[in-house]
Amino acid sequence: MTATVSASAALALGDDALVLSHRLGEWAGHAPVLEEEVALANIALDLLGQARVLLSMAGDEDELAYLREERAFRNLQLVEQPGGDFAHTIARQLYFSTYQHLLYADLAAGDGPFAPLAAKAVKEVAYHRDHAEQWTLRLGDGTDVSHERMRLACAELWRFTGEMFQPVEGLDADWAGMEQAWLESIGAVLGRATLSVPEGPRTGAWSAGAGRQGLHTESFGRMLAEMQHLHRSHPGASW
Amino acid sequence: MTNTDWPLWEVFVRSRRGLSHTHAGSLHAPDAEFALRNARDLYTRRGEGVSIWVVPAAAITASSPDEKDPFFEPSADKPYRHPTFYEIPEGVKHL
Amino acid sequence: MATAAAHRTAATSAYGAQDTADTAAYERAFDAAVAADERIEPRDWMPDAYRATLVRQIAQHAHSEIIGMQPEANWITRAPSLRRKAILMAKVQDEAGHGLYLYSAAETLGTGRDELLDKLHSGRQKYSSIFNYPTLTWADVGAIGWLVDGAAITNQVPLCRCSYGPYARAMVRVCKEESFHQRQGYELLLALSKGTPEQHAMAQDAVNRWWWPSLMMFGPPDDESQHSAQSMAWKIKRHSNDELRQRFVDICVPQAESLGLTLPDPDLRWNEERGHHDFGAIDWTEFWEVLKGNGPCNEQRITQRRRAHDEGAWVREAAAAYAAKRSGATGPGGTATGPGGTEGAQA
Repeated sequence: MTATVSASAALALGDDALVLSHRLGEWAGHAPVLEEEVALANIALDLLGQARVLLSMAGDEDELAYLREERAFRNLQLVEQPGGDFAHTIARQLYFSTYQHLLYADLAAGDGPFAPLAAKAVKEVAYHRDHAEQWTLRLGDGTDVSHERMRLACAELWRFTGEMFQPVEGLDADWAGMEQAWLESIGAVLGRATLSVPEGPRTGAWSAGAGRQGLHTESFGRMLAEMQHLHRSHPGASW
Repeated sequence: MTNTDWPLWEVFVRSRRGLSHTHAGSLHAPDAEFALRNARDLYTRRGEGVSIWVVPAAAITASSPDEKDPFFEPSADKPYRHPTFYEIPEGVKHL
Repeated sequence: MATAAAHRTAATSAYGAQDTADTAAYERAFDAAVAADERIEPRDWMPDAYRATLVRQIAQHAHSEIIGMQPEANWITRAPSLRRKAILMAKVQDEAGHGLYLYSAAETLGTGRDELLDKLHSGRQKYSSIFNYPTLTWADVGAIGWLVDGAAITNQVPLCRCSYGPYARAMVRVCKEESFHQRQGYELLLALSKGTPEQHAMAQDAVNRWWWPSLMMFGPPDDESQHSAQSMAWKIKRHSNDELRQRFVDICVPQAESLGLTLPDPDLRWNEERGHHDFGAIDWTEFWEVLKGNGPCNEQRITQRRRAHDEGAWVREAAAAYAAKRSGATGPGGTATGPGGTEGAQA
């Protein structure tokens, strides 16, 4: 594989990290316990760091983050899903970090342009995945209330998980193999957490590959409006 | 005490290889796994450590300040335990 | 949680009934240690009032850190560049960390974090009034870093030598990290001040709004400060409110000049004779009003804190229940807080 960076691949990975980092940043000051403020911020900072490297491979990081319209973002719909309770955040983290870990491990093993970034990020993501697993076990196998909340969150986000394994242009990865490994891993964690694997469809007429093609869910526009408004209000200014 | 009150853990961090773990502080966690992870996030986020121990605070037995004298004073009058107690003629090396 | 009592029992039980005579001896030992600039450690005997003063001060300090997350977190989702966003997230995270260090220090005195949070949520304990002001523009993030964190550092550096060991050690850690906070704030304001006219105006407006509340952070004038004298005698506090305030003003004046911003005080000028800057009268009515709960954000800050705590209860319960199932033992928190934890072990 050549070392030429595919801009669309850099955007896909970079936007995932950027958008999820933003969503996690929304927890600041709202976490269920102080120790978790620190943990969630650590994860958000790792992701933001990845996003900055990846976006810089595709252009100017701030121009790309702040001046693109909604339809130009290439992130998965999963990562843009708004707030919800802590169970939603953990379910989203579990689904995404398991995927990201598989993908980065794959990329790190190759010699493509993303290998150096992936080699560093895979260690960060291993920790994110561990954090999500630990919480999934506790919420799933904690109290009746937490079990029900976690069950609901896993089910609600399930339909956004098929999209993760749509091949990304410019990324040479074993998508089918990854999907298999992902399903096994998620099934094992949910099983240990006394939760069952959700049954609904993992892809739909709308959600399959949608984010990667710039089709997003409604709340995403509002997220961007908030994120971009200050930057856009002062064209050309430096900060 | 409500059941949301997580126990207290003491955290010991080895700042680099070759040094012993030293007490860094404490934190709350529901169990040992989370105590370790919380300690990692809280006490090593600026690269302060390469290894962490967590110990339930309740598991530590401490000497009492009231027993400070019987515990520690008797060792103060035994200077012959220290190398500087001994006079060695000048010029003798490797001692 | 019976830990504060446990402390005292531990100190007295070995000596049974000869309490009064022993207390006098303990008190002499305590006074001598403070006078000799030695540190008091958790399991040492200490006067009840010393313990109470420390718990109050450390708790207020810890509360300030976690309430202080809110005005800045208000801008995380709107930070105008990815670099600034990373810096701000790391800073707000540090504040949670500082809160944790400080709650730990308070815990060595036998008061659990739950109890302290409860007092914060019910308004029985305070946090720094400065966080009852709103962050209206991005420049406020810079002004908080430069002025509020700057004032905090001026207050806190002497606390690294506070007579109570765990508090002093927590403050060493906090101060090390705070200097990043102050510098990032200054740098942020500098970028605005040297930026477009709109950005410059934004920076000046923020400094105008934060300057006076920052000066109030040092507390009421010395002659009106109810706790000062005793705290100085105990070496919990090392300098008076007015002394620290003056030091802060003297530090800020040249920094403001380098920023290209003015401080909103027409009476501010160098006094050759005193070797210090004179500055205008502080509006203490405003200070007392905000302290009483009538500041712009008192209600909002406490409501958000309480909501986060309440909405997080099911999460904390779940983790405790899971741990209990695993250990099969006495149940969550059954082995909770020994008196003071190992800080005690190191005494």
